[in-house]
Amino acid sequence: MKRLAPFLVLLVLLAAGFNLATLLQGRTDGWSRRGQSDNVLSVLLGDGRRLFANHFFVQADVSFHSGYYPSIFDQARAVKDTRHLTAKEGDAAHEEHEKQMNFLGPPRDWIERFGRHFIITEHTHLEGNKEREILPWLRIAAELDPQKVETYTVAAYWLRDLGKVKEAERFLRQGMLRNPNSCEILFELGRLYYEADHNAARARKIWDLALRKWAEEETANKEPDPLKLDQIAVNLSRLEEREGNLSRAIQLLELAKKAAPHPETLQQQIDDLKQKLATPPPT
Amino acid sequence: MNTVLAIAGVVIKELYRRKDFYVLFVLTAVITLLMGSVSFFNDAEIVRYVKEIALLLIWISALVIAIGTTARQIPAEREHRTIFPLLAKPVTRAQVILGKFAGCWLACGLTLIVFYLFFGVVSGSREHHWPLLNYCQSLWLQWVMLGVVVAFVLLGSVVFAAPSSNATISFIVVLGILLLGRYLNQVALQQPEPLRSIVYGIYFLIPHLEWYDVRDLIIYDQHLVGWLDCALATLYASVYMALLLFAAWLVFRRKALNQ
Repeated sequence: MKRLAPFLVLLVLLAAGFNLATLLQGRTDGWSRRGQSDNVLSVLLGDGRRLFANHFFVQADVSFHSGYYPSIFDQARAVKDTRHLTAKEGDAAHEEHEKQMNFLGPPRDWIERFGRHFIITEHTHLEGNKEREILPWLRIAAELDPQKVETYTVAAYWLRDLGKVKEAERFLRQGMLRNPNSCEILFELGRLYYEADHNAARARKIWDLALRKWAEEETANKEPDPLKLDQIAVNLSRLEEREGNLSRAIQLLELAKKAAPHPETLQQQIDDLKQKLATPPPT
Repeated sequence: MNTVLAIAGVVIKELYRRKDFYVLFVLTAVITLLMGSVSFFNDAEIVRYVKEIALLLIWISALVIAIGTTARQIPAEREHRTIFPLLAKPVTRAQVILGKFAGCWLACGLTLIVFYLFFGVVSGSREHHWPLLNYCQSLWLQWVMLGVVVAFVLLGSVVFAAPSSNATISFIVVLGILLLGRYLNQVALQQPEPLRSIVYGIYFLIPHLEWYDVRDLIIYDQHLVGWLDCALATLYASVYMALLLFAAWLVFRRKALNQ
Protein backbone atom coordinates (compact mmCIF):
# COMPACT_ATOMS: atom_id res chain seq x y z
CA MET A 1 0.00 0.00 0.00
CA LYS A 2 2.86 2.35 0.87
CA ARG A 3 4.35 1.81 -2.57
CA LEU A 4 1.07 2.59 -4.26
CA ALA A 5 0.41 5.77 -2.27
CA PRO A 6 2.39 8.17 -4.56
CA PHE A 7 0.62 6.74 -7.61
CA LEU A 8 -2.76 7.15 -5.90
CA VAL A 9 -1.94 10.77 -5.08
CA LEU A 10 -0.92 11.27 -8.70
CA LEU A 11 -4.22 9.76 -9.87
CA VAL A 12 -6.23 11.96 -7.50
CA LEU A 13 -4.37 15.06 -8.73
CA LEU A 14 -4.95 14.00 -12.33
CA ALA A 15 -8.67 13.55 -11.67
CA ALA A 16 -8.82 16.92 -9.91
CA GLY A 17 -7.07 18.57 -12.85
CA PHE A 18 -9.46 16.97 -15.32
CA ASN A 19 -12.50 18.09 -13.31
CA LEU A 20 -11.15 21.63 -13.03
CA ALA A 21 -10.58 21.73 -16.77
CA THR A 22 -14.20 20.72 -17.48
CA LEU A 23 -15.45 23.29 -14.97
CA LEU A 24 -13.26 26.11 -16.28
CA GLN A 25 -14.19 25.43 -19.91
CA GLY A 26 -17.63 26.96 -19.34
CA ARG A 27 -16.14 29.99 -17.66
CA THR A 28 -13.56 30.69 -20.37
CA ASP A 29 -16.40 30.74 -22.91
CA GLY A 30 -17.91 33.47 -20.76
CA TRP A 31 -14.61 35.41 -20.81
CA SER A 32 -14.61 35.31 -24.58
CA ARG A 33 -18.10 36.79 -24.81
CA ARG A 34 -17.50 39.50 -22.24
CA GLY A 35 -17.48 43.06 -23.61
CA GLN A 36 -18.27 41.87 -27.15
CA SER A 37 -14.69 40.66 -27.49
CA ASP A 38 -13.97 37.48 -29.32
CA ASN A 39 -10.76 36.31 -27.71
CA VAL A 40 -9.07 36.00 -24.35
CA LEU A 41 -6.45 38.60 -25.41
CA SER A 42 -8.95 41.40 -25.11
CA VAL A 43 -9.98 40.22 -21.64
CA LEU A 44 -6.35 40.01 -20.50
CA LEU A 45 -5.08 43.24 -22.05
CA GLY A 46 -8.27 45.33 -22.00
CA ASP A 47 -7.98 48.62 -23.87
CA GLY A 48 -4.20 48.40 -23.59
CA ARG A 49 -4.28 46.04 -26.55
CA ARG A 50 -5.05 48.99 -28.84
CA LEU A 51 -1.63 50.38 -28.01
CA PHE A 52 -0.02 47.11 -29.06
CA ALA A 53 -2.27 47.01 -32.14
CA ASN A 54 -0.98 50.41 -33.18
CA HIS A 55 2.58 49.18 -32.68
CA PHE A 56 1.96 46.24 -35.02
CA PHE A 57 0.25 48.48 -37.59
CA VAL A 58 3.32 50.71 -37.54
CA GLN A 59 5.47 47.58 -37.80
CA ALA A 60 3.61 46.75 -41.04
CA ASP A 61 4.51 50.23 -42.31
CA VAL A 62 8.14 49.73 -41.25
CA SER A 63 8.17 46.43 -43.12
CA PHE A 64 6.61 48.15 -46.17
CA HIS A 65 9.57 50.57 -46.13
CA SER A 66 12.10 47.75 -45.60
CA GLY A 67 13.18 49.20 -42.29
CA TYR A 68 13.62 52.82 -43.43
CA TYR A 69 11.30 54.52 -40.98
CA PRO A 70 11.38 57.60 -38.77
CA SER A 71 11.94 57.20 -35.06
CA ILE A 72 9.85 59.13 -32.55
CA PHE A 73 12.56 61.81 -32.74
CA ASP A 74 12.13 62.20 -36.50
CA GLN A 75 8.37 61.84 -36.63
CA ALA A 76 7.61 65.58 -36.47
CA ARG A 77 8.80 65.86 -40.08
CA ALA A 78 7.71 62.48 -41.35
CA VAL A 79 4.69 60.26 -42.09
CA LYS A 80 1.37 61.72 -41.00
CA ASP A 81 -1.20 59.43 -42.64
CA THR A 82 -1.39 55.89 -43.95
CA ARG A 83 -2.63 56.51 -47.50
CA HIS A 84 0.82 55.68 -48.89
CA LEU A 85 0.27 52.09 -47.76
CA THR A 86 -2.27 51.67 -50.54
CA ALA A 87 -0.73 54.06 -53.08
CA LYS A 88 1.42 53.20 -56.08
CA GLU A 89 4.10 55.17 -57.90
CA GLY A 90 2.60 58.20 -59.69
CA ASP A 91 -0.31 58.62 -57.26
CA ALA A 92 -0.67 62.01 -55.55
CA ALA A 93 -0.49 60.31 -52.13
CA HIS A 94 2.77 58.63 -53.19
CA GLU A 95 4.38 61.89 -54.29
CA GLU A 96 3.40 63.62 -51.05
CA HIS A 97 4.70 60.67 -49.06
CA GLU A 98 8.08 60.85 -50.86
CA LYS A 99 8.51 64.38 -49.52
CA GLN A 100 7.44 63.38 -46.01
CA MET A 101 9.89 60.48 -45.84
CA ASN A 102 12.90 62.69 -46.50
CA PHE A 103 13.38 62.92 -42.73
CA LEU A 104 17.01 61.90 -42.38
CA GLY A 105 18.68 65.14 -43.50
CA PRO A 106 22.45 65.67 -43.56
CA PRO A 107 24.42 64.06 -40.68
CA ARG A 108 25.12 66.42 -37.77
CA ASP A 109 28.45 64.90 -36.64
CA TRP A 110 30.96 62.14 -37.43
CA ILE A 111 29.17 59.61 -35.17
CA GLU A 112 25.91 60.05 -37.08
CA ARG A 113 27.74 60.00 -40.43
CA PHE A 114 29.58 56.77 -39.61
CA GLY A 115 26.49 55.20 -37.99
CA ARG A 116 24.59 55.55 -41.26
CA HIS A 117 26.78 52.84 -42.79
CA PHE A 118 24.98 50.35 -40.54
CA ILE A 119 21.36 51.35 -41.14
CA ILE A 120 19.01 51.53 -44.10
CA THR A 121 19.10 55.07 -45.49
CA GLU A 122 17.17 54.68 -48.73
CA HIS A 123 13.43 55.21 -49.03
CA THR A 124 11.94 52.27 -50.90
CA HIS A 125 8.62 50.45 -50.90
CA LEU A 126 8.20 46.72 -51.15
CA GLU A 127 7.51 45.49 -54.65
CA GLY A 128 7.46 42.33 -56.74
CA ASN A 129 5.01 40.47 -54.49
CA LYS A 130 7.21 41.18 -51.47
CA GLU A 131 4.30 43.25 -50.13
CA ARG A 132 3.03 40.03 -48.57
CA GLU A 133 5.61 40.59 -45.80
CA ILE A 134 3.42 43.25 -44.18
CA LEU A 135 0.43 40.92 -43.84
CA PRO A 136 1.37 39.11 -40.58
CA TRP A 137 1.68 42.43 -38.74
CA LEU A 138 -1.71 43.58 -40.03
CA ARG A 139 -3.29 40.29 -39.01
CA ILE A 140 -1.92 40.64 -35.47
CA ALA A 141 -3.02 44.31 -35.35
CA ALA A 142 -6.56 43.28 -36.34
CA GLU A 143 -6.66 40.65 -33.60
CA LEU A 144 -5.53 43.18 -31.01
CA ASP A 145 -7.76 46.04 -32.14
CA PRO A 146 -10.72 44.77 -34.17
CA GLN A 147 -12.10 48.30 -34.44
CA LYS A 148 -9.13 49.71 -36.38
CA VAL A 149 -10.69 49.85 -39.85
CA GLU A 150 -7.48 50.76 -41.74
CA THR A 151 -6.00 47.38 -40.83
CA TYR A 152 -8.67 45.57 -42.86
CA THR A 153 -8.63 47.92 -45.83
CA VAL A 154 -4.82 47.97 -46.17
CA ALA A 155 -4.55 44.17 -45.81
CA ALA A 156 -7.39 43.60 -48.30
CA TYR A 157 -5.79 46.02 -50.78
CA TRP A 158 -2.55 44.02 -50.82
CA LEU A 159 -4.27 40.64 -50.71
CA ARG A 160 -6.24 41.68 -53.80
CA ASP A 161 -3.03 42.89 -55.42
CA LEU A 162 -1.40 39.53 -54.68
CA GLY A 163 -4.35 37.68 -56.25
CA LYS A 164 -5.62 36.34 -52.92
CA VAL A 165 -9.20 37.42 -53.54
CA LYS A 166 -10.83 34.85 -51.27
CA GLU A 167 -8.57 35.69 -48.36
CA ALA A 168 -9.21 39.41 -48.92
CA GLU A 169 -12.97 38.87 -48.93
CA ARG A 170 -12.83 36.72 -45.80
CA PHE A 171 -10.74 39.33 -43.98
CA LEU A 172 -13.02 42.18 -45.03
CA ARG A 173 -16.10 40.23 -43.96
CA GLN A 174 -14.43 39.65 -40.60
CA GLY A 175 -13.88 43.41 -40.44
CA MET A 176 -17.53 44.02 -41.36
CA LEU A 177 -18.70 41.82 -38.52
CA ARG A 178 -16.62 43.83 -36.08
CA ASN A 179 -17.35 47.24 -37.68
CA PRO A 180 -20.80 46.95 -39.25
CA ASN A 181 -21.06 50.70 -40.00
CA SER A 182 -17.72 51.19 -41.70
CA CYS A 183 -18.08 52.69 -45.18
CA GLU A 184 -14.32 52.21 -45.76
CA ILE A 185 -14.57 48.43 -45.43
CA LEU A 186 -17.68 48.39 -47.63
CA PHE A 187 -15.87 50.46 -50.25
CA GLU A 188 -12.92 48.04 -50.26
CA LEU A 189 -15.29 45.06 -50.47
CA GLY A 190 -17.08 46.65 -53.45
CA ARG A 191 -13.72 47.25 -55.11
CA LEU A 192 -12.85 43.61 -54.62
CA TYR A 193 -16.08 42.48 -56.31
CA TYR A 194 -15.70 44.98 -59.14
CA GLU A 195 -12.00 44.77 -59.91
CA ALA A 196 -11.18 41.17 -59.00
CA ASP A 197 -14.50 39.33 -59.48
CA HIS A 198 -15.83 41.67 -62.27
CA ASN A 199 -19.23 41.43 -60.58
CA ALA A 200 -20.73 44.87 -61.25
CA ALA A 201 -24.15 44.13 -59.73
CA ARG A 202 -22.69 43.01 -56.43
CA ALA A 203 -20.20 45.88 -56.35
CA ARG A 204 -23.01 48.38 -57.00
CA LYS A 205 -25.03 47.03 -54.05
CA ILE A 206 -22.05 47.23 -51.71
CA TRP A 207 -21.04 50.74 -52.82
CA ASP A 208 -24.64 51.94 -52.50
CA LEU A 209 -24.63 50.61 -48.96
CA ALA A 210 -21.29 52.34 -48.34
CA LEU A 211 -22.80 55.65 -49.51
CA ARG A 212 -25.76 55.15 -47.16
CA LYS A 213 -23.41 54.42 -44.24
CA TRP A 214 -21.43 57.58 -45.02
CA ALA A 215 -24.62 59.63 -45.09
CA GLU A 216 -25.79 58.07 -41.81
CA GLU A 217 -22.52 59.07 -40.17
CA GLU A 218 -22.90 62.60 -41.46
CA THR A 219 -26.49 62.79 -40.18
CA ALA A 220 -25.30 61.59 -36.79
CA ASN A 221 -22.69 64.43 -36.79
CA LYS A 222 -19.75 62.00 -36.64
CA GLU A 223 -17.82 64.05 -39.23
CA PRO A 224 -16.92 61.26 -41.64
CA ASP A 225 -13.91 61.73 -43.96
CA PRO A 226 -15.14 63.62 -47.07
CA LEU A 227 -12.41 61.95 -49.13
CA LYS A 228 -14.15 58.62 -48.52
CA LEU A 229 -17.37 60.01 -50.04
CA ASP A 230 -15.36 61.25 -53.02
CA GLN A 231 -13.77 57.82 -53.45
CA ILE A 232 -17.02 55.84 -53.17
CA ALA A 233 -19.09 58.18 -55.37
CA VAL A 234 -16.44 58.45 -58.12
CA ASN A 235 -15.93 54.67 -58.29
CA LEU A 236 -19.66 54.01 -58.32
CA SER A 237 -20.09 56.65 -61.00
CA ARG A 238 -17.49 54.90 -63.21
CA LEU A 239 -19.35 51.63 -62.73
CA GLU A 240 -22.67 53.22 -63.69
CA GLU A 241 -21.09 54.86 -66.72
CA ARG A 242 -19.74 51.52 -67.93
CA GLU A 243 -23.13 49.93 -67.32
CA GLY A 244 -24.77 52.69 -69.43
CA ASN A 245 -26.59 54.50 -66.58
CA LEU A 246 -25.30 57.94 -67.50
CA SER A 247 -27.83 60.00 -65.54
CA ARG A 248 -27.03 58.09 -62.33
CA ALA A 249 -23.30 58.50 -63.07
CA ILE A 250 -23.83 62.30 -63.34
CA GLN A 251 -25.75 62.34 -60.05
CA LEU A 252 -22.91 60.52 -58.32
CA LEU A 253 -20.25 62.84 -59.71
CA GLU A 254 -22.30 65.81 -58.50
CA LEU A 255 -22.27 64.20 -55.06
CA ALA A 256 -18.50 63.55 -55.23
CA LYS A 257 -17.90 67.18 -56.29
CA LYS A 258 -19.04 68.36 -52.86
CA ALA A 259 -16.25 66.44 -51.18
CA ALA A 260 -13.51 66.42 -53.85
CA PRO A 261 -10.29 68.40 -53.30
CA HIS A 262 -10.28 69.35 -57.04
CA PRO A 263 -13.95 69.73 -58.06
CA GLU A 264 -13.06 71.33 -61.42
CA THR A 265 -11.81 67.96 -62.75
CA LEU A 266 -15.07 66.33 -61.78
CA GLN A 267 -17.06 69.18 -63.38
CA GLN A 268 -15.27 68.48 -66.64
CA GLN A 269 -16.30 64.82 -66.41
CA ILE A 270 -19.90 65.82 -65.60
CA ASP A 271 -19.98 68.05 -68.69
CA ASP A 272 -18.63 65.21 -70.85
CA LEU A 273 -21.27 62.82 -69.52
CA LYS A 274 -24.04 65.39 -70.05
CA GLN A 275 -22.89 65.85 -73.64
CA LYS A 276 -22.86 62.09 -74.13
CA LEU A 277 -26.36 61.86 -72.68
CA ALA A 278 -27.65 64.61 -74.99
CA THR A 279 -26.20 62.97 -78.07
CA PRO A 280 -28.72 60.47 -79.50
CA PRO A 281 -27.32 56.95 -79.86
CA PRO A 282 -26.41 55.95 -83.45
CA THR A 283 -29.20 54.03 -85.17
CA MET B 1 48.99 34.41 -21.78
CA ASN B 2 48.58 30.78 -20.70
CA THR B 3 47.25 31.91 -17.34
CA VAL B 4 44.70 34.17 -19.03
CA LEU B 5 43.60 31.32 -21.32
CA ALA B 6 43.37 28.91 -18.37
CA ILE B 7 41.06 31.29 -16.49
CA ALA B 8 39.06 31.84 -19.70
CA GLY B 9 38.73 28.08 -20.13
CA VAL B 10 37.16 27.76 -16.68
CA VAL B 11 34.59 30.45 -17.55
CA ILE B 12 33.67 28.68 -20.80
CA LYS B 13 33.27 25.37 -18.94
CA GLU B 14 30.98 27.14 -16.51
CA LEU B 15 28.79 28.30 -19.39
CA TYR B 16 28.07 24.81 -20.64
CA ARG B 17 27.65 23.42 -17.14
CA ARG B 18 25.03 26.00 -16.23
CA LYS B 19 21.50 25.88 -17.65
CA ASP B 20 21.18 29.53 -18.76
CA PHE B 21 22.27 29.00 -22.33
CA TYR B 22 20.17 25.86 -22.85
CA VAL B 23 17.03 27.49 -21.46
CA LEU B 24 17.46 30.60 -23.60
CA PHE B 25 18.28 28.60 -26.71
CA VAL B 26 15.27 26.30 -26.28
CA LEU B 27 12.99 29.30 -25.64
CA THR B 28 14.29 31.08 -28.74
CA ALA B 29 13.90 27.94 -30.84
CA VAL B 30 10.40 27.13 -29.58
CA ILE B 31 9.06 30.68 -30.01
CA THR B 32 10.62 31.02 -33.47
CA LEU B 33 9.34 27.65 -34.67
CA LEU B 34 5.87 28.30 -33.22
CA MET B 35 5.66 31.67 -34.95
CA GLY B 36 7.04 30.15 -38.12
CA SER B 37 4.35 27.49 -38.12
CA VAL B 38 1.52 30.05 -38.07
CA SER B 39 -0.12 30.49 -41.47
CA PHE B 40 -1.08 34.06 -42.41
CA PHE B 41 -3.63 34.21 -45.24
CA ASN B 42 -2.49 30.78 -46.51
CA ASP B 43 0.79 32.27 -47.71
CA ALA B 44 3.83 30.08 -47.16
CA GLU B 45 6.26 32.61 -48.67
CA ILE B 46 5.97 35.16 -45.86
CA VAL B 47 9.27 34.98 -43.98
CA ARG B 48 10.47 38.34 -42.69
CA TYR B 49 8.39 38.33 -39.53
CA VAL B 50 10.04 35.02 -38.53
CA LYS B 51 13.49 36.52 -39.14
CA GLU B 52 12.54 39.60 -37.16
CA ILE B 53 11.31 37.61 -34.16
CA ALA B 54 14.25 35.19 -34.26
CA LEU B 55 16.86 37.95 -34.40
CA LEU B 56 15.18 39.90 -31.62
CA LEU B 57 15.23 36.79 -29.42
CA ILE B 58 18.87 36.15 -30.32
CA TRP B 59 19.80 39.68 -29.31
CA ILE B 60 17.91 39.44 -26.02
CA SER B 61 19.37 36.01 -25.23
CA ALA B 62 22.92 37.07 -26.08
CA LEU B 63 22.64 40.14 -23.84
CA VAL B 64 21.19 38.06 -20.97
CA ILE B 65 24.01 35.51 -21.29
CA ALA B 66 26.74 38.17 -21.58
CA ILE B 67 25.54 40.28 -18.66
CA GLY B 68 24.41 37.36 -16.48
CA THR B 69 27.63 35.38 -16.93
CA THR B 70 29.98 38.32 -16.48
CA ALA B 71 28.21 39.92 -13.53
CA ARG B 72 28.70 36.88 -11.29
CA GLN B 73 32.34 36.06 -12.15
CA ILE B 74 34.34 38.09 -9.63
CA PRO B 75 31.64 38.29 -6.89
CA ALA B 76 31.28 34.46 -7.01
CA GLU B 77 35.05 33.99 -6.69
CA ARG B 78 35.02 36.33 -3.67
CA GLU B 79 31.95 34.77 -2.10
CA HIS B 80 33.33 31.21 -2.37
CA ARG B 81 36.76 32.50 -1.38
CA THR B 82 38.33 30.82 -4.42
CA ILE B 83 39.85 34.17 -5.38
CA PHE B 84 42.57 33.68 -2.74
CA PRO B 85 44.02 30.38 -4.03
CA LEU B 86 43.63 31.79 -7.55
CA LEU B 87 45.71 34.88 -6.72
CA ALA B 88 48.24 32.76 -4.82
CA LYS B 89 49.13 30.67 -7.92
CA PRO B 90 50.71 33.25 -8.68
CA VAL B 91 48.21 35.02 -10.90
CA THR B 92 48.15 38.80 -11.07
CA ARG B 93 44.94 40.74 -10.72
CA ALA B 94 45.36 42.02 -14.28
CA GLN B 95 45.43 38.40 -15.48
CA VAL B 96 42.25 37.64 -13.53
CA ILE B 97 40.48 40.56 -15.19
CA LEU B 98 41.79 39.61 -18.64
CA GLY B 99 41.01 35.91 -18.14
CA LYS B 100 37.46 36.58 -16.98
CA PHE B 101 36.93 38.99 -19.87
CA ALA B 102 38.33 36.55 -22.46
CA GLY B 103 36.26 33.68 -21.03
CA CYS B 104 33.00 35.60 -21.01
CA TRP B 105 33.61 37.07 -24.45
CA LEU B 106 34.54 33.73 -26.00
CA ALA B 107 31.55 32.10 -24.33
CA CYS B 108 29.33 34.77 -25.92
CA GLY B 109 30.95 34.02 -29.28
CA LEU B 110 30.21 30.31 -28.93
CA THR B 111 26.57 30.92 -28.05
CA LEU B 112 26.25 33.35 -30.97
CA ILE B 113 27.55 30.70 -33.37
CA VAL B 114 24.89 28.24 -32.16
CA PHE B 115 22.14 30.87 -32.34
CA TYR B 116 23.13 32.03 -35.84
CA LEU B 117 23.36 28.43 -37.08
CA PHE B 118 19.79 27.93 -35.93
CA PHE B 119 18.74 31.25 -37.48
CA GLY B 120 20.44 30.37 -40.76
CA VAL B 121 18.69 27.01 -40.94
CA VAL B 122 15.24 28.46 -40.13
CA SER B 123 15.42 31.44 -42.48
CA GLY B 124 17.17 29.47 -45.24
CA SER B 125 14.58 26.71 -45.15
CA ARG B 126 11.84 29.29 -45.79
CA GLU B 127 13.66 31.72 -48.09
CA HIS B 128 15.68 29.10 -49.99
CA HIS B 129 18.79 31.25 -50.07
CA TRP B 130 21.63 31.62 -47.61
CA PRO B 131 23.36 35.03 -47.53
CA LEU B 132 26.23 33.60 -45.46
CA LEU B 133 28.45 36.69 -45.66
CA ASN B 134 25.65 38.85 -44.25
CA TYR B 135 25.12 36.39 -41.39
CA CYS B 136 28.85 36.27 -40.65
CA GLN B 137 29.09 40.05 -40.66
CA SER B 138 26.09 40.40 -38.37
CA LEU B 139 27.51 37.76 -36.01
CA TRP B 140 30.90 39.46 -35.95
CA LEU B 141 29.46 42.92 -35.24
CA GLN B 142 27.21 41.55 -32.51
CA TRP B 143 30.14 39.71 -30.94
CA VAL B 144 32.31 42.85 -31.00
CA MET B 145 29.46 44.77 -29.36
CA LEU B 146 29.17 42.07 -26.69
CA GLY B 147 32.89 42.55 -25.99
CA VAL B 148 32.18 46.14 -24.91
CA VAL B 149 29.20 44.95 -22.84
CA VAL B 150 31.29 42.25 -21.12
CA ALA B 151 34.07 44.76 -20.33
CA PHE B 152 31.49 47.20 -18.95
CA VAL B 153 29.84 44.57 -16.74
CA LEU B 154 33.25 43.42 -15.54
CA LEU B 155 34.00 46.98 -14.44
CA GLY B 156 30.58 47.02 -12.74
CA SER B 157 31.37 43.77 -10.93
CA VAL B 158 34.35 45.38 -9.17
CA VAL B 159 32.48 48.61 -8.45
CA PHE B 160 29.06 47.42 -7.28
CA ALA B 161 28.55 45.31 -4.21
CA ALA B 162 26.11 42.71 -5.56
CA PRO B 163 25.91 40.97 -8.96
CA SER B 164 22.16 41.65 -9.14
CA SER B 165 22.58 45.43 -8.91
CA ASN B 166 25.43 45.31 -11.41
CA ALA B 167 23.34 43.24 -13.86
CA THR B 168 20.32 45.54 -13.51
CA ILE B 169 22.34 48.73 -14.00
CA SER B 170 24.23 47.20 -16.92
CA PHE B 171 20.97 46.15 -18.59
CA ILE B 172 19.53 49.64 -18.23
CA VAL B 173 22.68 51.30 -19.57
CA VAL B 174 23.09 48.91 -22.51
CA LEU B 175 19.42 49.06 -23.50
CA GLY B 176 19.47 52.83 -23.08
CA ILE B 177 22.43 53.12 -25.47
CA LEU B 178 20.89 50.68 -27.95
CA LEU B 179 17.54 52.47 -28.01
CA LEU B 180 18.51 56.12 -27.53
CA GLY B 181 22.24 56.41 -28.27
CA ARG B 182 21.66 57.27 -31.92
CA TYR B 183 19.29 60.15 -31.11
CA LEU B 184 21.10 61.82 -28.20
CA ASN B 185 22.50 64.50 -30.51
CA GLN B 186 18.97 65.37 -31.68
CA VAL B 187 17.81 65.52 -28.06
CA ALA B 188 20.81 67.70 -27.15
CA LEU B 189 20.03 70.24 -29.87
CA GLN B 190 16.55 70.79 -28.44
CA GLN B 191 17.88 71.57 -24.94
CA PRO B 192 18.96 74.96 -23.58
CA GLU B 193 22.55 75.50 -22.45
CA PRO B 194 24.26 74.11 -20.36
CA LEU B 195 22.11 70.95 -20.68
CA ARG B 196 22.81 70.87 -24.41
CA SER B 197 26.58 70.64 -23.86
CA ILE B 198 26.13 67.97 -21.15
CA VAL B 199 23.89 65.77 -23.33
CA TYR B 200 26.17 66.26 -26.35
CA GLY B 201 29.12 65.35 -24.14
CA ILE B 202 27.39 62.12 -23.10
CA TYR B 203 26.66 61.44 -26.78
CA PHE B 204 30.35 61.61 -27.64
CA LEU B 205 31.39 59.73 -24.51
CA ILE B 206 29.21 56.62 -24.67
CA PRO B 207 30.17 53.63 -26.82
CA HIS B 208 27.71 53.64 -29.72
CA LEU B 209 26.55 50.05 -29.42
CA GLU B 210 23.62 50.68 -31.77
CA TRP B 211 26.03 50.69 -34.75
CA TYR B 212 26.53 46.98 -34.29
CA ASP B 213 22.82 46.20 -34.53
CA VAL B 214 22.50 45.36 -38.23
CA ARG B 215 19.39 43.20 -37.85
CA ASP B 216 17.42 45.34 -40.31
CA LEU B 217 20.00 44.70 -43.03
CA ILE B 218 19.50 40.94 -42.57
CA ILE B 219 15.71 41.03 -42.18
CA TYR B 220 15.14 43.22 -45.25
CA ASP B 221 17.80 41.53 -47.43
CA GLN B 222 19.93 44.65 -47.73
CA HIS B 223 23.52 45.15 -48.85
CA LEU B 224 26.60 44.14 -46.83
CA VAL B 225 28.23 46.75 -44.61
CA GLY B 226 31.54 47.88 -46.13
CA TRP B 227 34.48 45.84 -44.80
CA LEU B 228 36.43 49.01 -44.00
CA ASP B 229 33.48 50.27 -41.94
CA CYS B 230 33.36 46.90 -40.21
CA ALA B 231 37.05 47.13 -39.39
CA LEU B 232 36.70 50.71 -38.11
CA ALA B 233 33.73 49.70 -35.94
CA THR B 234 35.83 46.83 -34.55
CA LEU B 235 38.68 49.24 -33.79
CA TYR B 236 36.24 51.64 -32.08
CA ALA B 237 34.87 48.83 -29.91
CA SER B 238 38.40 47.59 -29.11
CA VAL B 239 39.34 51.03 -27.76
CA TYR B 240 36.30 50.98 -25.46
CA MET B 241 37.04 47.40 -24.37
CA ALA B 242 40.63 48.40 -23.50
CA LEU B 243 39.42 51.51 -21.67
CA LEU B 244 36.82 49.66 -19.60
CA LEU B 245 39.19 46.77 -18.79
CA PHE B 246 41.89 49.20 -17.75
CA ALA B 247 39.39 50.98 -15.48
CA ALA B 248 38.31 47.60 -14.05
CA TRP B 249 41.94 46.73 -13.32
CA LEU B 250 42.56 50.13 -11.69
CA VAL B 251 39.65 49.54 -9.30
CA PHE B 252 40.41 45.85 -8.75
CA ARG B 253 44.16 46.12 -8.07
CA ARG B 254 43.61 48.06 -4.81
CA LYS B 255 40.36 46.40 -3.80
CA ALA B 256 40.26 44.52 -0.50
CA LEU B 257 38.97 41.04 -1.27
CA ASN B 258 38.19 39.77 2.20
CA GLN B 259 35.22 42.08 2.87
